[in-house]
Amino acid sequence: MQEILQYLFSGLTNGAIYAVIAVGFSMLYSSTDLINFAHGEFVMLGALGMVSLTAGFGLPLIPAFFLTVAGVAAAGMLFERLAIRPVRHPEPIVLIIITVGASIFLRGAGMLIWGKNSYSMPPFSDHPPIDFAGARLLAQSIWILVIVTVVTAALHLFYRRTLTGKAMTACAVSKKAAWIVGIPTKWMVLLAFGLSTGMGAVAGAIISPITMPSYDMGTMLGLKGFCAAMFGGLGSLWGAILGGFLLGILEALGVGFVSSGLKDAAAFILLLLVLYVRPQGILGSADVKRF
Amino acid sequence: MIPAKKFRNTVLAAAVLLAASLILSPAIFADSHKDAYKIGGIFSVTGPASFLGDPEKKSMNLAIEQINEAGGVDGHMLEGVIYDTEGDPSKTVMAAGKLINKDRVTAIAGPSRTPTTLAVIPMVKRAKLPFVSCAAGNKIVEPVKPWVFKTAQSDIQAVASIYQHIQKRNIRKVGIITVSNAFGESGKEQLLSQASDFGIKVVSSQSFGADDKDMTAQLTKIRRQDPGAIICWGTNPGPAVVAKNVDQLGIDIPLYQSHGVASPKFIELAGEAAEGIFLPTGKILVAEQLPESDPQKQVLLDYIKAYENKYNETVSGFGGYAYDAIHLLAKAMEGTGGDKAQIRENLENIKGHVGVSGVFSFSKTDHNGLDPSAFVMVRIRNGKWELVE
Amino acid sequence: MYGRAQKIIYAVFVIAVIILGWSLDNEYYLQLLIFIGLNTLLALSLNMLMGYAGQISLGHAAFYGIGAYVTAILTTTYNVEPILALPAAVGAAMIVAWIVGIPTLRLSGYYLGMGTLGFGMIIHILFREWSSVTGGASGFVGIPPLEIGPLIFDSRRSYFFLVWGVVLLSIIMCRRIIDSRVGRALRSIHDGEKAAAAIGVDTKKLKVQVFVLSAAMAAMAGFLYAHLIYFISPGTFNFVASIRIVTMVVIGGMASIWGALFGASLLTLLPEWLHAFSEFEMVVYGLILMSVMIFLPRGLTRGVIDIYYRYRKSHDK
Repeated sequence: MQEILQYLFSGLTNGAIYAVIAVGFSMLYSSTDLINFAHGEFVMLGALGMVSLTAGFGLPLIPAFFLTVAGVAAAGMLFERLAIRPVRHPEPIVLIIITVGASIFLRGAGMLIWGKNSYSMPPFSDHPPIDFAGARLLAQSIWILVIVTVVTAALHLFYRRTLTGKAMTACAVSKKAAWIVGIPTKWMVLLAFGLSTGMGAVAGAIISPITMPSYDMGTMLGLKGFCAAMFGGLGSLWGAILGGFLLGILEALGVGFVSSGLKDAAAFILLLLVLYVRPQGILGSADVKRF
Repeated sequence: MIPAKKFRNTVLAAAVLLAASLILSPAIFADSHKDAYKIGGIFSVTGPASFLGDPEKKSMNLAIEQINEAGGVDGHMLEGVIYDTEGDPSKTVMAAGKLINKDRVTAIAGPSRTPTTLAVIPMVKRAKLPFVSCAAGNKIVEPVKPWVFKTAQSDIQAVASIYQHIQKRNIRKVGIITVSNAFGESGKEQLLSQASDFGIKVVSSQSFGADDKDMTAQLTKIRRQDPGAIICWGTNPGPAVVAKNVDQLGIDIPLYQSHGVASPKFIELAGEAAEGIFLPTGKILVAEQLPESDPQKQVLLDYIKAYENKYNETVSGFGGYAYDAIHLLAKAMEGTGGDKAQIRENLENIKGHVGVSGVFSFSKTDHNGLDPSAFVMVRIRNGKWELVE
Repeated sequence: MYGRAQKIIYAVFVIAVIILGWSLDNEYYLQLLIFIGLNTLLALSLNMLMGYAGQISLGHAAFYGIGAYVTAILTTTYNVEPILALPAAVGAAMIVAWIVGIPTLRLSGYYLGMGTLGFGMIIHILFREWSSVTGGASGFVGIPPLEIGPLIFDSRRSYFFLVWGVVLLSIIMCRRIIDSRVGRALRSIHDGEKAAAAIGVDTKKLKVQVFVLSAAMAAMAGFLYAHLIYFISPGTFNFVASIRIVTMVVIGGMASIWGALFGASLLTLLPEWLHAFSEFEMVVYGLILMSVMIFLPRGLTRGVIDIYYRYRKSHDK
């Protein structure tokens, strides 16, 4: 029992990381129909930015956090303005390659700025691990859980309650129709990029104490986050969170009951099975678009 | 169907592109120094093994500089040509091909990783070129290949020193957790195969991905088998996560790490969780604490001083592999006039060369040339390395 | 007329290959061209699937790997003649593609991307973890050189001719398929799957067929890679490799056979040129990738034609 609980906790820690990254993917998709393969790199920027501001410039945690998120969101908007908007025929595959190019560029830039080493970052609070029937969970994992839930709930409210949020959803449904009814679609896309990369920075900042960030952390995290977003259903915020936790917990149980070498394979096989049975993901809506 | 005109234009465009790419090729700019001996270096300067490749590249440049300042080899200057492999076997093959056929180097040092080394061995064999690898895997020199040498200590010796230490403490059961790449796999093989020689039983063997962020699940599984010690085999940051997770779970048994984390970075990453960890390492980390009688002490102190002065960063245990490789090659080149077969012959006959990673004595049957004394056991105490007897 | 133009192109291609093969003395350039050939095969195979049938695959390196590992295991562990291992390697990839393709190709868009990505990851993990058979993460050593009857392909020059011969045959084969009834049906799937089904194209069957064909070509490239390097390791066939193949296809120009050739050439040569940038290599590489897609979104081949037409238009007036 204590073991199973520990596997769940382990899954929860990894799952929270995947979930918070998946939310960024999903929210960009829900407002622009685009998958940003450079999302993992924005997470990296968030994590390393956080390290630099706190350890390098000695800023307290909270201002450092908001400064990082704002900075990365600005970088994301710049990226949209310079690399996404000028594309004349925005076919998904073209945009995908542009974001792949951006991910390589950002990784290179990260290497130039921060070097090739990993960094350490102290946890947000100095609590010892939390003991629960013999199984232990890091305090930082609780932080991640809480922040993810709060941010997602805020995003949810933003989409449902505010005019801007609704306008963004409208853009995702049909850009042309949204433009006809007077929504400034270009601004909406820009804003969506800012929000999504900002979300990536939030992810990077809150996971930095457990991930030991380095310039090349983005690839694997981005990949896992993408899987989680797919798992839960692209475009659904709560689906992304659910997908993230399921993926994390599946991996942990894979270690416990299959084999640690095959844990990733076990998770992916289950993912494929879910896709075969329910091609739109667990919480996704039924209309799935073509390339 | 594409109209004929358009089709022709496609081909035209194609031809223009191909022509452009061939003209732009940097082949034209090749130069030739008659006097210098060219030594090629291929290291994973970027990519997942950059922690190896980066200091190796720097150390190679340092060694060449030192040798040239001292007048070169028989009056010939050394010239280094270094390419980045990114840890990718295909890129390494390309780079090695370039070194052998375009730069026409006399010898090659590197690559940093076992798979990339294994990928170029067929090439150096065909080119008949002295080759000194900086990777740890035992597959490289076992079986012995005439042209292939290596300077990094083998996993065999690292595992042996860990097991000796565990045996002395009367621990009979161990759990192992290894990273799922070539380094971890090679360590796991040795850990499993040597255990019985020391009367030790491996009760649980787990692995983790190089990018994993939480290993509590694996450690929970190990804990269930109730081992007396845990041995972790990997390179940063994975082992630092393991150290933190061991702390988090409150597992109160000794933790051993491999020489793969032998750099100050590990202590920084693992923080307080690093306290009390044992690991085998080359003597470089504890150079100051070595007895004066140790033949390596002076070499180590000189290397550390030169490296830290030149690059203004803390030395790690890894750059020494390339430093030794270059010095060994330079020694072997003496009096050969650049004849590759002669260099190889000389390399094989080098005895008692005091290097950073140990005292090298090559022979026809041993192309690594190190014995277990190349390793010492250290413990981390108060954030510092401490030599253990 | 169209047929004649095509024959001339093939003739030029053959002559170019022969001249390059005989005149190049430096093994490095031969090796570079061999790699371009292998990458062209990979790009061609994915282009059939992506450019013509409109189905994305983010796990194509898996088939490349299956081709390489099957021949490595058969020729080294079981001492099978390479010429017999070839059908086994290609056949294995085809069977896997068929089994995986049936459920996966029912997905579309990003979900298809995810499905193929997951498949690629599983195969990669299999190569890494099944170490008793595949040599595990350290890789598989000692693959013999390719021998076909009395011919031994152990020099770079002979391998150059072999690889480019295979490339030429593949180009001819793809061309034939594209210009046939099947090819038109394929493109109809690309333009509108439902419409294609409505006019009687068995889209499901056709998609799986082209997937299997694509897998076979990738496996062929894997087979050639294994006998070229004599060593393979899982890292060569990972997710990044899959993405690289997709990039080659898109950069070169989708639905264009010559586009595959240029995409492959450019992405093989680019890192060689960028060595000079050392630490800045990644930044420059990423910038080039982005710029090409921003300014020439239809790929290099089409992009150059478009510029040419614009130039003509502005001058004809």
